[in-house]
Amino acid sequence: MVKAEMLDCEEVWREISNFVDDDVDADLRGKMEEHFRTCAKCVSLLAGTRNVMTLYGDERLLEVPAGLGQRLEARIEQKFETTLETKPAWRTATREPHWSTWSAWLMPVGAVALFVFSLALVDQLTFKSPPRSVMAERGHNIPPDMQVVISDGSKVFHVVGCRFIHDKATERTVTAGRAMQDGYVPCTRCLREYLPAASLTERAVVEAEIGEDGQGDAQVRAGH
Amino acid sequence: MSGPHAVLQNPQQPGTRERGLISRVQAGQREFFYELVQPYERRVYAAALAILRNPQDAEDAVQEAMLKALANIRQFRAEARFSTWLIQITVNESLMRRRRERTVVMEPIDNRREVGTSGEDGEYAPRDFADWREIPSEALERKEVRQRLAEALGSLDPKYREVFMLRDMQHLNIQETAEALGITVASVKTRLLRARLMLRDLLAAGWEQGWFSRLPFEKGTKPW
Repeated sequence: MVKAEMLDCEEVWREISNFVDDDVDADLRGKMEEHFRTCAKCVSLLAGTRNVMTLYGDERLLEVPAGLGQRLEARIEQKFETTLETKPAWRTATREPHWSTWSAWLMPVGAVALFVFSLALVDQLTFKSPPRSVMAERGHNIPPDMQVVISDGSKVFHVVGCRFIHDKATERTVTAGRAMQDGYVPCTRCLREYLPAASLTERAVVEAEIGEDGQGDAQVRAGH
Repeated sequence: MSGPHAVLQNPQQPGTRERGLISRVQAGQREFFYELVQPYERRVYAAALAILRNPQDAEDAVQEAMLKALANIRQFRAEARFSTWLIQITVNESLMRRRRERTVVMEPIDNRREVGTSGEDGEYAPRDFADWREIPSEALERKEVRQRLAEALGSLDPKYREVFMLRDMQHLNIQETAEALGITVASVKTRLLRARLMLRDLLAAGWEQGWFSRLPFEKGTKPW
């Protein structure tokens, strides 16, 4: 009577995995335990199954290549550094930049500095360049208290009466020192004697090209 | 002290320590990530190797999986086990690589040996019912034994090997194994049964060939 309720071997095999996992109900467990008491083959099967689970469940079986951990750590660090390089702090913000951080100020301050530098450079090149014309050479040993004439529309000063004064209607008398301080240069005709000899040679060529004889100058100087 | 080693020196329980590390990494302190995953690197490597069957591929998969875990660390929820989460990511990465690279695997055991089965749902009939005794733990100290166990596992069809690896080597429960592999609980149980019995038969055959011969078993007895 009891024998009729016992499981056969194939039924035990089907459930033996669930049995070792304690995943069978009490009734089936009881029947299987009864079977094991009388079946050496199934006892061997049960023991072998447990041995397999014990052996493979041991962490010593999980052999890893030498240096696995170091390489993994290096890869993570590399990824971490790459992320930092490609996404600086001020770009990772999802809303407005954090103006409390120095890096957030770096770009606007740099832009302003660049703009100011550009202005200074343009000013230097445009307004502070030295006179380029050979006709506008600074004089030497001109008495600073000498009375000279300047006028609008020209940066050249002359002796009184020079016929090359530009826009005579606006002429006015100042000292040579004041004229030179204001950026005026001596006239190459009426103040020739105060100009360097080398420059005079070049100016002679220029004067020849413009067809001026300088007669008036001589007359003026004779009048001084 | 605020560096990574500050956590190492904290004499907290592993669970509490792990939760602390997870919180730090989730808060953006990614320099603690390797310290967080380092205890599991052997297990995730074994999971990848069981699927890919190639050490270099397995290591690549582990590195990629850990980077994905880092990228998605905020999605980890405290109610899950961190180890299970890591293993699931590694399994997904490994399965994806296997599909992509179409890795050639060894001929599966159930194709080579006719053991009275018919498909996944068919019954597996054990072949060896030799006497057995408990495996001494020092057996795993021998490289030869570890190698034979690895070979036996590697000879299984991937669908059995993956279930066995997650359940009996990674100690995931049935539900977690089913979720990691995207199969039903019933399939997990069926495959697990077959994997355990096939491995038992393979190792019993190895015993017949004497590769446990140097173990201190009594004459005439077998571990299966």
